[in-house]
Amino acid sequence: MKSMWKQAGIMGAALAASRPALAEWAFNLQTPASEVAEHVFQLHNLIMLVCLGIFVVVFGAMFYSLFKHRKSVGHKAAHFHENTTVEVIWTVIPFVILMGMAYPAAKVVIDMKDTKNPDMTVKITGYQWKWGYDYLNDGISFYSNLSTPREQINGTSAKGEHYLLEVDEPMVVPVGKRVRLLITANDVLHSWWVPALGAKQDAIPGFIRDSWFKADKIGTYRGQCVELCGKDHGFMPIVVEVVSEEDYKAWVAKKKGTAQVAAADDSKTFEVAELVERGEKVYQANCAACHQANGMGLPGAFPAINGSKVATGPIADHIAVVMNGRPGTAMAAFAGQLSDADIAAVVTYQRNAWDNKMGDAAQPAEIAAARGGAAEAAAPAAQ
Amino acid sequence: MSDVAHAHDDHGHHAHPTGIMRWLTTTNHKDIGTLYLFFALIMLFAAGSMALLIRAELFQPGLQLMHPDFFNQLTTMHGLIMIFGVIMPAFSGFANWQVPLMLGAPDMAFPRMNNWAFWVLPVAGLMLMSSFLLPGGAVAGGWTMYPPLFIQGGISYDLTILAVHIMGLSSIMGSINIITTILNMRAPGLTLMKMPLFCWTWLITAYLLIATMPVLAGAVTMLLTDRNFGTHFFNAAGGGDPVMFQHIFWFFAHPEVYILILPAFGIVSQVIPTFARKPLFGYASMVYATASIAILSFIVWAHHMFTVGMPAAAQLFFMFSTMLIAVPTGVKVFNWVATMWKGSMTFETPMLFAIAFVCLFTIGGFSGLVLAIAPVDIQLHDTYYVVAHFHYVLVSGALFAIFAGIYYWMPKWTGHMYDETLGKWHFWLSVIGMNIVFFPMHFLGLAGMPRRIPDYALQFTEFNQIATYGAFIFGFSQLIFLAVVLKSIKGGAKAPARVWEGAEGLEWTVPSPAPYHTFETAPVVK
Repeated sequence: MKSMWKQAGIMGAALAASRPALAEWAFNLQTPASEVAEHVFQLHNLIMLVCLGIFVVVFGAMFYSLFKHRKSVGHKAAHFHENTTVEVIWTVIPFVILMGMAYPAAKVVIDMKDTKNPDMTVKITGYQWKWGYDYLNDGISFYSNLSTPREQINGTSAKGEHYLLEVDEPMVVPVGKRVRLLITANDVLHSWWVPALGAKQDAIPGFIRDSWFKADKIGTYRGQCVELCGKDHGFMPIVVEVVSEEDYKAWVAKKKGTAQVAAADDSKTFEVAELVERGEKVYQANCAACHQANGMGLPGAFPAINGSKVATGPIADHIAVVMNGRPGTAMAAFAGQLSDADIAAVVTYQRNAWDNKMGDAAQPAEIAAARGGAAEAAAPAAQ
Repeated sequence: MSDVAHAHDDHGHHAHPTGIMRWLTTTNHKDIGTLYLFFALIMLFAAGSMALLIRAELFQPGLQLMHPDFFNQLTTMHGLIMIFGVIMPAFSGFANWQVPLMLGAPDMAFPRMNNWAFWVLPVAGLMLMSSFLLPGGAVAGGWTMYPPLFIQGGISYDLTILAVHIMGLSSIMGSINIITTILNMRAPGLTLMKMPLFCWTWLITAYLLIATMPVLAGAVTMLLTDRNFGTHFFNAAGGGDPVMFQHIFWFFAHPEVYILILPAFGIVSQVIPTFARKPLFGYASMVYATASIAILSFIVWAHHMFTVGMPAAAQLFFMFSTMLIAVPTGVKVFNWVATMWKGSMTFETPMLFAIAFVCLFTIGGFSGLVLAIAPVDIQLHDTYYVVAHFHYVLVSGALFAIFAGIYYWMPKWTGHMYDETLGKWHFWLSVIGMNIVFFPMHFLGLAGMPRRIPDYALQFTEFNQIATYGAFIFGFSQLIFLAVVLKSIKGGAKAPARVWEGAEGLEWTVPSPAPYHTFETAPVVK
């Protein structure tokens, strides 16, 4: 029996092997790039073949009957309507077929749930609407945003090859290593999925769930958030670059270098113009999805910043809203997401952009001070 | 309808109000059945238009017609209205018209409650539809209402919670009525195991509704207090758990899936024997299979949640219990095929829809089996494969069975035969259109396209375009259905009491159209 299943799996794989010729017309799961994805792929092929077989037999009989047992060809109705033997047979046979499916499926379930003995661990956090990656072994942290330009989405420029499936900072992992994923979320539910790696796990705020993959081949693998997470659910892709061990080490060294430069910024004092220039970039990456590039928000859903009480009121309250968010709304707390320099920059930008001509500036030191007194700062934000 | 009113006047009981007051105050099961069916018809076009807007946006990659937030409002409202405003009220309409006629009962057991159960529905429907006009727009968190996203929304989210409460109330009242009618008001001699299968499926459905609607009410009430009164049932920061909502919700929503399909099984089990001119094969096993499906529906809910991350043992349990459902469902399909076998079949529109139901619902059943396999589900969860799966069971399943039932009993209701040529056009365009919309979605899901996205990567373009063409064929062919219904109400060939040559049962012993009051003296069933 076992070899029968194996054969069916191979047949399915052979059917699937004709896929490259179809390129854009993919009829099956993506080409697996990990052992788990490979198992899932074969399991799916096997079950499809069994279903196809049953379908042909049952509906072969039905369509035979539709053509032969019709009044217009003069067929007279028989009157049988009960047969216990037949009923028992067609209850038992499906049951046996299901048992045959359950066994290989259970093996894959147990394999997928086994996250023991990883070579490295990455914590992944879902945000509205981007992913955060923390490499727990190497001490690297970064955010990964959609990098497809807005013009392509709005149709004012031609769409690129990886439209909506490209990010500014991909997740990078070495080939052939067991990567354990600790997945959580910051605001609402998200779900992290890379089809070719066979890993999908919902990201749940307040809880950490784990998953794993081991990429077999060097390459770039793309996926998307698959749990509805609000307005830009369709715009938070995942890109995993699987590289050689040496390339991975080089990447880690480079990331650590940039982190040091960024940390140095937090102890500087900037000119207003510098902060506005830097803040505009931070605003585009983190704020513009809701509050819009023109600062006008979306009426009813997301408030305007242009002319708002917060952006034209006391600067300490403004900083508090950006850092602590507004609980119960889509406004996230950015204290944990952005550096002191970036928060200072984006607050300064918001107070000086569009019609907001406040002329004042927040400095990284003020943000650092606010971090120290986070409890007091939370009070005005909660109003 | 004028004929129904005439029949009523001829009968000359006591004076009834006319015009709008007749419909507002009616306690007659036939009037209330008609109201349910027209409500469902109007909502079908409302929610169907939303589907066409969704498909229009998805015709090509990029954002062409709408903001992503409005797109999410459309997908959410399309789902909520199709489930609570179309399929469920349509089945209630069938139950109201047919259950008393099939049982030889003069009316439903609680006529006044019956009136109330219907008339709260338009209120809920209006609350849902009007939320598009509120600041922030309609609810956009998916029909599944998952927190914390659902906590973020505006005033329309509270309105949706109240609407869900009202619709649940309506369903519970309707179910109490149906259960009491079936258990107490059968004609002498009509034992439970002689009862038409449609009554059996509704009896079991009504129990499912009574068991699960309060669970939904509890879940949405917790959402309401989390949103407005500072509780933290689903907020981890306050000691709650967002996943708990999913457990409670699916404990309701999986039985709900069968609430949406069991009456369809019942309708198809009436239609096929009529046009095969042969009794239903395996009546007793059909009853047992329906009951088994209903019982199993309470222990499979977490198969909607394989990706939230649960222990391997829980995954295995829910995978095995879900696979088990294939057994009684298979028995039903085999029985329908065996009913056709060696019959003397003709292919009027009700039979065509019933045959399409058996065939296409089974495709939905097979994709359900694929999704029952936990590792495969983890790949396909929240992709277009799931969208394809539940549209095969709800469109070619529930909706096609409703069409079959309407064509089957409409001559009994209006007294006129429907236009068979138009009916066949409706059937063929629907069945072709439906497959063009939903079959390619299997491939989209396998290739990795998530559901509920307003814009997609370029490799998904071709199948999305095909699906959109199909959606417009399918959507606009429903105008033919509207024409057939209106035409049959206005006039047409006079229908005899026994409309179909092979029809069996008490409803065919009363004249067509069925008089306003029927079975005032109970018939005796041998």
